[in-house]
Amino acid sequence: MAFFPHLLLATLEGLVTSAVLALTALGLSLVFGVMRIVNVAHGEFFMLGAVLAWAITTAVGGHPALGFAAALVLAPLIVGFIAWISERLVLRRLDYNPEATIVATIGLLYIIQQLALTFYGPEARPVTPPFNVRIQLPWFGYSGYKLSIIAASALLLLATWLVLTRTRIGLVMRATQYDRETAQAFGIPVGRVYGAVFALGAMLAAIAAVLIVPIQQAHYLMGLDPLLLSFIVVIIGGLGSLRGTVIAALLIGVSDGIISVFFSPTLAKIIATLVVAMVLVFRPQGLFGTATK
Amino acid sequence: MSGDGATARVYALHAVVIALLVALNYILPEYHHGVLARVLVLAIFAMGYNLLFGYVGLLSLGHAMFFAAGLYGAGLPLYHLGWGVVPAFAGGVGAGFLVSLIVGLLALRTSGVAFMIVTMMFAQVFYLVTLYFGAWTRGDEGLVLQQQARQITLGTGTLDLTNPATRYLSAVALFAAALFATLAIVRSRHGRVLVAIRENEERAKMLGYDTFANKLAAVVTSGVICAAAGAAYALLFGYVGSTFASVQYSILPLLWVLLGGAATTLGPLLGTLFMYYVIDITSSYTSAYMLIVGAMLILLVLWFRKGVLGTLRDRWLGWLP
Repeated sequence: MAFFPHLLLATLEGLVTSAVLALTALGLSLVFGVMRIVNVAHGEFFMLGAVLAWAITTAVGGHPALGFAAALVLAPLIVGFIAWISERLVLRRLDYNPEATIVATIGLLYIIQQLALTFYGPEARPVTPPFNVRIQLPWFGYSGYKLSIIAASALLLLATWLVLTRTRIGLVMRATQYDRETAQAFGIPVGRVYGAVFALGAMLAAIAAVLIVPIQQAHYLMGLDPLLLSFIVVIIGGLGSLRGTVIAALLIGVSDGIISVFFSPTLAKIIATLVVAMVLVFRPQGLFGTATK
Repeated sequence: MSGDGATARVYALHAVVIALLVALNYILPEYHHGVLARVLVLAIFAMGYNLLFGYVGLLSLGHAMFFAAGLYGAGLPLYHLGWGVVPAFAGGVGAGFLVSLIVGLLALRTSGVAFMIVTMMFAQVFYLVTLYFGAWTRGDEGLVLQQQARQITLGTGTLDLTNPATRYLSAVALFAAALFATLAIVRSRHGRVLVAIRENEERAKMLGYDTFANKLAAVVTSGVICAAAGAAYALLFGYVGSTFASVQYSILPLLWVLLGGAATTLGPLLGTLFMYYVIDITSSYTSAYMLIVGAMLILLVLWFRKGVLGTLRDRWLGWLP
C-alpha cells in the first residue's frame, strides 16, 4: 500500500479510537466536574459494559443485531445501577473526600476485576457485530460497523451536550458543579444529583465499551488502558470541559492511531504518557481549559 | 512527646521489636522464616511510602517506580556487568535517589489529585520502559540472579545471601536501619515541619518554612528507602521482573500503610505482615485475592481510617511515635 492510503487507514482507525475514548472520558470528566472526585474504577465500568455485552448477546441468540441492541440498552443500565449502588453505599459515606474516594474506588476496581475474573473467566471473548457491511474505498475496503461507531458516538456526545445545556436536569447538574452549597440552599437535592451523575458517568463508559466490543474482544483486564487514556484526555482537554474533552479525544485517538501504525505501540504509549504528565505539571488547567478560580 | 522518659520508652519499644525479629530467626519453622524475610523487605518499602503518605500527607500512586528503580538499579548491573553485591546495592539506592529527585522536582509542582495522577503516570512510563527494553530486562518474565553472583567476600569467608539465615538476618538489619532512620526523621525538626505541612501547608509557609524544599527532601528520602527495599529484594530473592513496576505495587504499600496505621513508625510492618498472611492463608481456599484487597481498602477507608496503630495511639497509647 502506498503512503496516503496507509495514512488514511491509520486516521480512520484513530477516529474509531477517538469516538470510544470521547464517550469514556466524558463520563470521567462529568464525575470529576460535578462531584470533584477522581473515579479510579472508571475503567472497570468500561470493562463491565463489554463483559455484560458478551453475556447478553450470548443469552439472546438469534440474529446478532438483536442481541447487540439488547446489550446496548441493558448493559449500560446494569452498570449504571452498580455505580449508583456503590456511590450510595461507599462514596456518600466518605463525604466525597478526594483522597478517601481515590482509595475507595481503587478498592472498587479490585472487587469488580475479581468478580469479572471469577464469573466471566480469564479468556478474551468476541461479540459478533450487529451487521457486516464493507464500504469499498478506492484503495481498500473498510468495515461499515466501525464507521457506524463514529456516528453513534457523535450522536451520543451531541445528546449529552443538549441535555447539559438545554434541559432542567442539565441546569441542576451545572448548578451543583458551579457551587454545591448555594445549589443546596436553592433546594437542589445535591445528594441525588451526585448519585445520578456517578451512574451517568459509568453508563457512558459502558456504552462506549458495548460499541467497541465487536472489534476488540471482552477481557477482564481491558479496563486499565481506557482509564489511563481517559485521564489523559480529561487532563489535556481541561477538567470538566465537554468541548475540550472531545477535542482532546480526537487529538489523542488519531495521533495514537497514526503513531501506532508507524512506530512501536509501547513507545507511542511511553511518549504520550510522558507528554501528558508534563502538561499536568506545567499547565494544570489543560491545553483548552482556563485557570480555575 | 514529652521528656526523656517518653523518649526512652519509644526507643525501648523499637529495640524490643528488633530483638524479637532477631530471635524469631532461631525459632521459626522454615516456611514462615522465608515468608518473614520477604515481609520485612516489603515492610521497608511500606515504611518509605508511609514517610510521604503518612507524615507529609502526599498520596502517591507511583511508588512502584522507586521500588523498581532499586530493583533494576541493583539487578541489571549485577546481571549484565558482573558487579558485586555491595556496588549493586549502592547502584540500586543511587538509581532510586535520581528517579525520586527528578519525579519530586516535577510532581511537586502539583498537589492533591493532580499529584496522584502525575505520579501514577510517571510510574506507568517507568513500567513501559522496563517492557520496552525487554532485550535487557526480559520484561514480565524477568531475570533470575544466580547464586554465585549473590555472595559477598569478606576477608577469608564469604557471606552467601542465598543462605536462609543470612538472608533473614540481612533483611532484619536493613529493616532496623530503615526503622531507626524513619524514627529519627519523624522526631527531628524536619519531621515536625513535614507534619505541619500535612496539617496546613499555607500556615507552614506563612511561618517561614520552605515547604517545597521540605517536601522534596521527603520525596527523595521516601524514594531512597523504597529503592533500598527494591535493591534488597533483588539481591536477597534473586528475581528482577517488571511486575514490581506495575501499578499494583504502587497500591499495595498504600494498603499496608492504611491497615497498620499511617504516620506510625511500626504500622507499615504490622500492615504488611497481616496482609501477606491474609492473602497467603486465603489463597489456599480461593484465588480471589483481589477481592480481599479491594474489600479491605473500602472497609479501611470507611470505618478504620487510622489503621491498627493509629487507633491504638488515639485510644490508649498517646506516646506511640
